[in-house]
Amino acid sequence: MVYRIGGRAIFDGLDITARRGRITAFMGPSGTGKTTLLRLITGQVRAERGSVKVFGEEVSTLSRKQLFALRQRMGMLFQNGALLTDIDVYENVAFPLRAHTKLPESLIRQLVLTKLHAVGLRGAARLTPAELSGGMARRVALARAIVMDPDILIYDEPFVGLDPISMGVICRLIQQMNEALGITSIVVSHDVQELAEIADDSFLLSQGKVVAKGTPEELSHSQLEEVRQFMGGLADGPVPFHYPAPDYRTQLLEETA
Amino acid sequence: MSAGVDSIPVAAIRRVGAVGVFLGQILARIPASLGKPSLLIAQIYNAGARSLVIVMMSGLFVGMVLGLQGFNLLQRFGSADQVGVAVALGLLKELGPVVTALLFAGRAGTSLTSEIGLMKATDQLTAMQMMAVDPVRYVVAPRFLGGFIALPLLAAMFSIVGLYGGQLIAVAQMGVDSGAYWSNMQNAVALRDVSEGVWKSVAFGLACSLVAVYEGFHAAPTAEGVGLATTRTVVVSSVLVLLIDFLLTAAFFTNS
Repeated sequence: MVYRIGGRAIFDGLDITARRGRITAFMGPSGTGKTTLLRLITGQVRAERGSVKVFGEEVSTLSRKQLFALRQRMGMLFQNGALLTDIDVYENVAFPLRAHTKLPESLIRQLVLTKLHAVGLRGAARLTPAELSGGMARRVALARAIVMDPDILIYDEPFVGLDPISMGVICRLIQQMNEALGITSIVVSHDVQELAEIADDSFLLSQGKVVAKGTPEELSHSQLEEVRQFMGGLADGPVPFHYPAPDYRTQLLEETA
Repeated sequence: MSAGVDSIPVAAIRRVGAVGVFLGQILARIPASLGKPSLLIAQIYNAGARSLVIVMMSGLFVGMVLGLQGFNLLQRFGSADQVGVAVALGLLKELGPVVTALLFAGRAGTSLTSEIGLMKATDQLTAMQMMAVDPVRYVVAPRFLGGFIALPLLAAMFSIVGLYGGQLIAVAQMGVDSGAYWSNMQNAVALRDVSEGVWKSVAFGLACSLVAVYEGFHAAPTAEGVGLATTRTVVVSSVLVLLIDFLLTAAFFTNS
């Protein structure tokens, strides 16, 4: 698959598969287009060439109506939760149900409380999003993402900016959702430690291509320089520490002249 | 061709076209959004009820100024009794709709733009799309319709309070007979004069609400982008209100 923005290739010849019922991790340094990949999978942007298939359907050829039907089978957890700020936690979780179903209020209540209980926030139902911590907001967003019982759950950087306890909670929840509900999970992140704990398959992306794939265990033993730099958190390597610049000495002398 | 290399007239035409297409999208979703009346009522409350105090206060002061100025002018011709007519015609045909629309752009318009812009900047609109929910239907259409309905009602309130403001000056302060103030007004003001003001406020309601939701929905999803969009809402709405006012006044003048 090929995807370009303004002539610059974000992905060039990318070939990946996330298997049903498993947790697949897409890792890579910041700016490698991990979030763009999720936008391609969810049909928010379309690939220039090649194919993006979800449940066997070619995403880029779907009409708006078909795409919305497909999205009802997907749940997505955004980096910042993206909760609707003008309604409370309960209404946020109930939002997809109210938009897509005509369920009686009593059943909506049951479903919302069940999902909030699953993420440990049944007691926070009447709080507003502004009253939640970052970790709590993400858990509410997770409850909202699963309220329609999706087949695929997509997590965009679920661990960013969280304290270790919240990180552990989110990690456990991702695993639980996968095991208990049989959901296919796609996690985009650069937190190697957390992904190693939960991912069944991992893809390491760099400069628009898959540079390595396998289980987190296999990646940690890879001899490839790109993989070693990323997994080891080395400052310099194939991804250079310095942004491209003219010769240091020449530039300093030029500026004093 | 990208917008960056367009000449100013081409960019302006492109923008007008984009606003027109957006209006079409909103209108197509209005029947569906009417299916959730609670959303619409909340927006009429937000745009209308919350602007009521500022609109009524402004109406009172404008009516008082009209009373003073009208009395001052008409007294020179020995027609101070006609001050009620001057206040009523000034308010109903012109100042009521125009000043209300300018206040609306500053109070409710900016609020609509920044709210939608911030929803965009915090991924709330994208999240809706990911939940297979159309943000134009759930966010934009009720807000547009709420503003469109609220503005003519606010303009009516402005004019009514203004009439009493005029009376406060002309009758209570300047000694014009209360009966003369109201009865001369009743005799001189025709239904046509009232409907001119109503049509204007409907047109302003459409323009101000459309500009506000368009700017919010198309704001760059950053703090700076939302700030710029909010400023554009006030500037574009204000100029548009004055332009439409001139065009409609000319049209009513020609047809009278």
